[in-house]
Amino acid sequence: MAANHVIEHPTSTGLDNRKMAMWAFLASDCMFFGSLITVYLVSHGRAMVGPFPQEIFDIPFTSVSAFVLLMSSLSMVLALGGIQRGNVQRFRIWIATTAVLGCVFLGGQIYEFTEFHHAGLTLESSIFGSAFYVLTGFHGTHVFIGVIWLLSLLLASFKPGLVIREKSLNVEMAGLYWHFVDIVWIVIFTVVYLVEA
Amino acid sequence: MAAEHHVEEHHPGWQEYVRIGVILAVITAIEVAIVYVEALESVLLPLLLTLSVGKFVLVVMYFMHLKFDHKFFTWLFLSGLLLAVGVVLALMAMFGLMT
Amino acid sequence: MATQVRYVEDSTRIQEPEAGPSGLWSWLTTVDHKRIGVLYLVTALTFFAIGGIEALLLRVQLSQPNNAFVSAATYNQLFTMHGTTMIFLAVMPLSGAFFNLLTPLMIGARDVAFPRLNAFSYWVLLFGAILINFGWIYGGAPDAGWFAYANLTSPAYSPGMGVDYWVLGIQVLGISSVAASFNFFTTIVNMRAPGMSMMRLPVFIWMTLITQILIFMAFPALTVGATLLMFDRWFDTNFFIVEAGGMPLLWQHLFWVFGHPEVYILILPAMGIVSEVLQTFSRKPLFGYTAIVFAGIGIAVLGFSVWVHHMFTTGLGPVPNSIFAISTMLIALPTGVKIFNWIGTMWGGALWLSTAMLFSIGFVAMFIIGGLSGVMHASPPVDSQHQDTYFVVAHFHYVLFGGSIMGLFSGVYYWWPKFTGKLLHEGLGKVHFWLMLIGFNVTFFPMHWLGAIGMPRRIYSYGDGLNWEFWNMVTTMGSFIIGISFIFFIANVFITLVLGDRAPDDPWDAPTLEWATTSPPALHNFDTIPVVKSRMPLWTDKYPEVYGHESEPGEHGDPDLPDIQTDEVHDEIHLPNPSYWPLVLAIGIVMLFAGFIFTFVMSFIGLALMFISIWGWALEPAFGEADHA
Repeated sequence: MAANHVIEHPTSTGLDNRKMAMWAFLASDCMFFGSLITVYLVSHGRAMVGPFPQEIFDIPFTSVSAFVLLMSSLSMVLALGGIQRGNVQRFRIWIATTAVLGCVFLGGQIYEFTEFHHAGLTLESSIFGSAFYVLTGFHGTHVFIGVIWLLSLLLASFKPGLVIREKSLNVEMAGLYWHFVDIVWIVIFTVVYLVEA
Repeated sequence: MAAEHHVEEHHPGWQEYVRIGVILAVITAIEVAIVYVEALESVLLPLLLTLSVGKFVLVVMYFMHLKFDHKFFTWLFLSGLLLAVGVVLALMAMFGLMT
Repeated sequence: MATQVRYVEDSTRIQEPEAGPSGLWSWLTTVDHKRIGVLYLVTALTFFAIGGIEALLLRVQLSQPNNAFVSAATYNQLFTMHGTTMIFLAVMPLSGAFFNLLTPLMIGARDVAFPRLNAFSYWVLLFGAILINFGWIYGGAPDAGWFAYANLTSPAYSPGMGVDYWVLGIQVLGISSVAASFNFFTTIVNMRAPGMSMMRLPVFIWMTLITQILIFMAFPALTVGATLLMFDRWFDTNFFIVEAGGMPLLWQHLFWVFGHPEVYILILPAMGIVSEVLQTFSRKPLFGYTAIVFAGIGIAVLGFSVWVHHMFTTGLGPVPNSIFAISTMLIALPTGVKIFNWIGTMWGGALWLSTAMLFSIGFVAMFIIGGLSGVMHASPPVDSQHQDTYFVVAHFHYVLFGGSIMGLFSGVYYWWPKFTGKLLHEGLGKVHFWLMLIGFNVTFFPMHWLGAIGMPRRIYSYGDGLNWEFWNMVTTMGSFIIGISFIFFIANVFITLVLGDRAPDDPWDAPTLEWATTSPPALHNFDTIPVVKSRMPLWTDKYPEVYGHESEPGEHGDPDLPDIQTDEVHDEIHLPNPSYWPLVLAIGIVMLFAGFIFTFVMSFIGLALMFISIWGWALEPAFGEADHA
């Protein structure tokens, strides 16, 4: 992940290596979630036993979750703005906010999964259950990894010289990942939840 | 080479970020609201997709800085994105979900 | 601007490179792209031998009707692991060896963009290879084909552990390939020497770049498919379970969305190698450089729109079949462009028929045959006749063996002196080539006929009187000729490493940058980073009267010469520090996956190791103090 020495290797394009690799990763991850979303879209309607999507989706609740994740993207850019201006205090406040919002989202997902489980929807119960849990579960795993990344940055900011203005790229990388996880949820929220309602 | 560095340096201020954040929140509210409006049922799908695409684009352009960054990143991301969309649409068509 | 640098005054010059650190620990912690390349090479050749032995066992079993040399169950394991091994553990890592060895040298860089990530990719590959083969000694090897079609792989039909190893191993190997692909993609885009504009990149580097994009775009579909299969097997999900509404056909789609680009992942690097070799040994510039580059891009783009041609007989209907038939036939265009350009390169050239050159010519000839039979089954009605017969086996061996393997061996002979400092013996090399070419055709050409008269693939035995006996026996004999040819190669390697002639820096009088440095190259590759002024930097310098005009600024649109003083910028050499974290992280990841088979405790330990090693990785300094060259 992060190289700590600030050695500026001049690159052919003038663009940073890590950022280049990160965007390639995100392009690749588009294919990952694209495939998973396809699996959900072509499979979920073939469930033979309930509960069916319309019966259990709780749109108001999920909307709040989606809103929380969107706002975490906002706090993420504010954290990045903080470190880019050399304001570590502001960085810490916003990165912590982002991590907390991420945790709230994850909590919401755990609550949702538990509710659905009580309603009889499990990984094994139907093809809808399988596709739903695997798609949203993988997204949740991405969020979880993101939260760990954010907390690591927060922790690292208390060690001198690790999270500083000159190394704001370390934060930017986490930000790109975090926003990507957010836009994936924008898609999932629409094609999985809203369209079904 | 080094001359291109300045492209990365431009970042919108926090006011702009907050403004985008508010717009995103409003779009989400609209999305949820129109789901409950019976009159819109026939156009609901395209409407929802359009609104989501709007949110998607705003986050990518402003929060992920693609609007201010080097065009190469945009092309790189777009190629993955379009490929994924193409595969999704082709498979949906072949599994009979488009008719 | 820097003054004219003559890289190689004399192509027989021999410089003694400085010796690097030695010992086992230095190899375990190495982040040097050349050493990692050697590790890839040794691993790939080892698995090439293993996959070859598996093939020979298959051929012994099929040499005569009603043979009982191996059981049906063993046969299934052998053909599954032959395909899996050759694709994921032989051809891809062999290409990977060349990516590693050559990319930084050819673009004039000191290393790849992420040296530690590079080491990580190798260790994950090695452990993934061991994991996927572990079934041979514990629990049974995978036996559902390299394509692992659902629902053959569901718990009901594959209750053993074989498919477990496959589905976990394939995900681990995917991590290795994708991690490496981000690395080489970034390296090629970002680490080029001054003046090395995109349209001056050697064709091998272009094909490498395209291959990396294919890898990171195509592998996610396989990862998703394998994940679903994993969930079906361990957590009772229903993705491919028909009774619960699951769709086995979905597996085929996901697999081939990956699988067809994978075909180009296997062939494009070989095409790049052949382009370099033909240019050097025809003693003239590659004919139609731009066309070859854009043909490669065209193949990559089209490669994502043809996957259904593997599924013409699954009943998708006339519309999908027609669309995918047309896009498949379109691929013949860029491929044909390349073939004509290779022939155009040789045309009128002063051909030097070295072993490397022979393998490249063999590649072009064999690939044409495989390409033509490929166009045949682009047509759905024809394909319906070929599907699941030996005709298809003949086709893909002509492109994968006659194509990829020939091309890769060409590269081995061409670049061997650069990285070992020893010349391979040309006489032994030519015996290797001719035996392999003859053995290959004796093995695979009769398969066209066997397929045409109806012999199906993946059968472990066949009855008397079907008229298949003769050609099966011929095929088996051919396969042993291939086996013998490989022994000549191995002998050549060991004999010349001990007794061989010392290789000069530039034994082939070649045009590309890697020949400007010592054989083997010093740890830091170049004392001063070269400034590139043409597509064939060494030829432009060695033969200014012939190729001097190539370096006219602006000739290729973007001269891209930087306004930096080379000696000022490259005065300091920062070499990446050795690190053991890539190894630890790779162990963690493999434990995470292997735990699914053995015990989940192992998975949790793996996760913990991953967490620790990522922290260790992030906190250690990546680059050492500056060395003054």
